Amino acid sequence: MSQARGQTMGRGTRKFPRSMAQLITALLSLCPAIASADWALNMRPGVTPNSQGIYHLHMIVLWICVVIGVLVFGVMFYSILHFRKSRGARAAHFHENTTVEIVWTLIPFVILVCVAVPATRTLIAMESTGNADMTIKATGYQWRWHYDYLDQGVSFFSVLAEKSNEARQPRSGIDPHTVENYLLDVDQPLVVPVGKKVRLLTTANDVIHAWWVPELGVKRDAIPGFINESWFKVETPGTYRGQCAELCGKDHGFMPIVVVAKEEGEFNKWVEDKKAAALAEAAANDPNREWKKEELMAKGAEVYTKNCAVCHQADGKGVPGNFPALAGSEIANGNVDDHIDRVLFGKNQMPAWKETLSPVEIAAVITYERNSFGNTAGDVVQPKKVAEY
Amino acid sequence: MAHAAHHDDHAHHPTGVMRWITTTNNKDIGTLYLSFALLMFFIGGSMAMIIRAELFKPGLQFVDPQFFNSMTTLHALVMIFGAVMPAFVGLANWMIPMMIGAPDMALPRLNNWSFWLLPFAFTLLLSTLFMPGGAPAGGWTMYAPLVLQTGEAFPFLIFAVHIMGISSIMGAINIIATVFNMRAPGMTFMKLPLFVWTWIITAFLLIAAMPVLAGAVTMLLTDKFFGTSFFSAAGGGDPVMFQHIFWFFGHPEVYIMILPAFGIVSAIVPTFARKPLFGYASMVYATASIAFLSFIVWAHHMFTVGMPLAGELFFMYTTVLIAVPTGVKIFNWLATMWRGSMTFETPMLFALGFIVMFTIGGFSGLMLGVTPADFQYQDTYFVVAHFHYVLVTGAVFAIMGATYFWLPKWTGHMYDETLGKWHFWLSTIFVNVLFFPQHFLGLAGMPRRIPDYAVQFADWNMVSSIGGFCFGATQLLFLYVIVKCVRGGAKASDRVWEGAEGLEWILPSPPPYHSFVNPPLVK
Repeated sequence: MSQARGQTMGRGTRKFPRSMAQLITALLSLCPAIASADWALNMRPGVTPNSQGIYHLHMIVLWICVVIGVLVFGVMFYSILHFRKSRGARAAHFHENTTVEIVWTLIPFVILVCVAVPATRTLIAMESTGNADMTIKATGYQWRWHYDYLDQGVSFFSVLAEKSNEARQPRSGIDPHTVENYLLDVDQPLVVPVGKKVRLLTTANDVIHAWWVPELGVKRDAIPGFINESWFKVETPGTYRGQCAELCGKDHGFMPIVVVAKEEGEFNKWVEDKKAAALAEAAANDPNREWKKEELMAKGAEVYTKNCAVCHQADGKGVPGNFPALAGSEIANGNVDDHIDRVLFGKNQMPAWKETLSPVEIAAVITYERNSFGNTAGDVVQPKKVAEY
Repeated sequence: MAHAAHHDDHAHHPTGVMRWITTTNNKDIGTLYLSFALLMFFIGGSMAMIIRAELFKPGLQFVDPQFFNSMTTLHALVMIFGAVMPAFVGLANWMIPMMIGAPDMALPRLNNWSFWLLPFAFTLLLSTLFMPGGAPAGGWTMYAPLVLQTGEAFPFLIFAVHIMGISSIMGAINIIATVFNMRAPGMTFMKLPLFVWTWIITAFLLIAAMPVLAGAVTMLLTDKFFGTSFFSAAGGGDPVMFQHIFWFFGHPEVYIMILPAFGIVSAIVPTFARKPLFGYASMVYATASIAFLSFIVWAHHMFTVGMPLAGELFFMYTTVLIAVPTGVKIFNWLATMWRGSMTFETPMLFALGFIVMFTIGGFSGLMLGVTPADFQYQDTYFVVAHFHYVLVTGAVFAIMGATYFWLPKWTGHMYDETLGKWHFWLSTIFVNVLFFPQHFLGLAGMPRRIPDYAVQFADWNMVSSIGGFCFGATQLLFLYVIVKCVRGGAKASDRVWEGAEGLEWILPSPPPYHSFVNPPLVK
C-alpha cells in the first residue's frame, strides 16, 4: 500500500486534504481491515508462544481499563450533565463516608490481583531460558549488530541495507516510500530454524543497545560487560523485523534487526553456505600477502562508504563541530602510525575498529583515506602491518 | 487589613529591575518562578515543534540525527526542570502563605536564591547548543556509557543539573519550614488545604530524591574526567547501576510533578461543584501512600535490563499497587462532583480535563506496569504517549487550571473567560490529536527517540505532528490571555468564585504585599 502511494503521490509532496480524508476514514471505522494496513492500532500477536502470551495479557489489561474507564467517565459525565447549576441543581453537603472509601480501595485491589496472576504465569514462562536447542549471541555496536552462532560456529555483522542507508541520509531526496522495507532491512539477516528453542544472549561493545523484534516477543537490553539471556521459538517460517530499542547515539534509529525463520533443512543448508563463504572470504582476504594499491583503494572505498561515511561524510569533509574532516586532516596526511592507531583504538566518539573490521579492511580504508578527498599522502598500508600493529 | 496597608507603606524596596533581583517577597518570587516557567514552556515547546516537524514524514528533512537527539534530550530537561517544577514552586510561593494564614515564606532570602539559581542553570544548559560537539544528546536519563560520549557540553550538563537540584532542594526546605512553623492559630495539619498537603509531601520527596540525582551525575563526572569507573564495565563498574540510581531519583521525580497537581484539582473541583471535597482524610492518606510507594517501584523503568525473576515480580506488584491510592483520588473527585451544583468556568474545565486525561495516562501506566507486556511497550511511542498524558494533560493542565483559578486573585482582574474557554477546548482537542495516536504507533512497534521511521508509521506520525503544531500554536493564546489579564480587566472580587473556600479568598484581590500580618483565627 505504501509503495503504491509513494508512486502516485510523487516525492514527498503528499497532499494535505488526502491525509485528512484518510484520518477521517480511520477515525470513523476503527475496524481490523484498516488496522492491518498503515493505520495500525494495536499490538500484533506475533509468532512465538511468548509474544502470544504477551498479546493476550495486553488485551486483558486493555479491556479491564476500557471497562473501568467507561464506568468512571460514565459517572463523571452523568454528574456533569445532571448536577449543574444551570439546571437548578442544589449542592448536597456530604463529604465523607468510610464504607465507600474502603469499598473503592478493595475493588481495585481485587482487580489487580486478577491481573497479577496471569502476568506472573507469563513472566515465569518468558524467563525460562533452559533446555534451549541452540544459542545465538547478539552483540550491539554503534550502530550494527553482530551475531555469533555459538553451536554452529557462524558469525557475521548485520547492518542497515544499502538502499535504506542511501535514502535516510539528510536531505537525500529519495522518497522513503520507494524503498522496500525502509529502515527495517539489513544486508545479512539473522537466520533461525523454526520450531527450535533459540536462546539469545545479548551484550554490547560500546554503549547500551536493546535487541527487539516485536513479533518474537523479545526485547532485551544489550549492555557492555553483561550477558543477558532470553529465548524464542518461532512457529511459522517468515521474515520478522525489529529495531534497536535503547537510545545508543546518533544512528540509534538505523540499526534494524531482521530475523528469517526457515525450516530446519533449509537452515542447515544456510549454515553450510555461510561457512563455505567465510572460508572463501578468508582466503581472498589473506592479510599476509602483498596487496596492490588498486585492490586496497577499491576495497577501501567500499569499507569507507559502509562504516565511515555516516560521520566523516562521503566527501570526507565531516560535519564541522561534530565530526572532523578527513580531507586535509593532520591524521590522514601525517604519520601513518598515528592514522592506524586512531582507526584501531578510536578516540572519544570515534569508535575503536580493531574488533569490528579485519586487518585487510582497516589497511584498505586507511590507504583509501590517505589517497582520496584531495589527500596526497600517497602511501600504501599493507594489511600485514595492521595485523602486527 | 488596615494594618497590612500601613505596613506596605513602610516597605521600601528598590524599584525597576533591582526590585526583582533583590526581592525576598513570596509573591514577587512566585511571579518570577511562574514567568520563568512560562518562558521555559515556550523554549521547550519550540524544541518539541522541531521534533514533530522532523517526524512529520519519513526521511530526514530538517535536522541531522545528532541534533534530533539533542532536541529530545533538552526538551525533556527544559520541560521537567524548567517548566513544570518551577511552575509548581511559583504556585506554592504565591498560595501557601495565603492558604495557611502567614505573611510570607519562612526563609525569604533562601527563597530569592533558590529562584535566581535557575536562570544560571538554564543558561549553562542551553549554551551547550552553541558548543562544538553539540548539546547533550544522550537522553534526559543520561544513561552511562552513552552520555560519556558527550563532547564539551558534558560538564555543562552535569553542573546545570547540580544547580537545578540545589534550587529544588532549597525550595522544598523553605516550603516545609513555612508550613511547619507559620500556620495561623487553629490551622492544624488536618485542616490544611490539600494543595498545601500535597506540596509538603512533594517537598519531602524532593529532599529525598534530588541528592540521589546529584550523586549519580557526580559519579558520571568523575568517570569522565577523573578516571573512576563507577559505570564502566571495563573498569569493574556497572552501567546498570547508573539506571538503578537514576530511577531511584526518577520515579519520585514523576510524583514530584504530579502530587501538587492533585492538590490543585482538589481545590478547583469543590469550588465549582459548590460542595466540600469528598474524603479529605483519605486524600491525604492516598497522597502519602503514593509518595511512599514511589520509592519502591523504580525498576519498572528498566524491566528489559535483565533483572532476576524475583526482582521483576516485586517491581510489577508494587507498581500496579499504585493504581489503588490513585484510584481513590479519582473516586473522591467524582464523589465531590456527585450531587453538587456545578458550573464550568475555565479552571473547572481544566480540572475536568485533567481528571479524564490523567486517568487515561493512569490506564496506560497500569498496562506498562505489567512486566511481560512492558517488554513490548518499553522504549516505544506507547511510553511516550503514556508520560505525555500524565505530564501534559496531567501536570501542565493542572498548572493552567491553577493559573486561571488564581490569576484574578493575583492581579485583581478577571481574565477573558471566552478566550480561556477557547484555550481549553483547542488545547484539549489538539493534545489528543497529538498524543493519542502515539499509543497506536508504539503498539505497532515504533521505538522512541528515533529521528526517522519505517513508512508504516507515516500516517499516525503525520496526524500527531499536525496535533502538535496546533497545540503549540494554541499556547500563544494562553500567553495572550495572561498578559491581557495582568494589564487590566473587570475588577475581581475578594472571593472571585462563588464557591471558593479558604483563607486566600478572604484577602483582597490583589492581596496586600504581606498577606497576613496579623494571623487570622481558624476555627
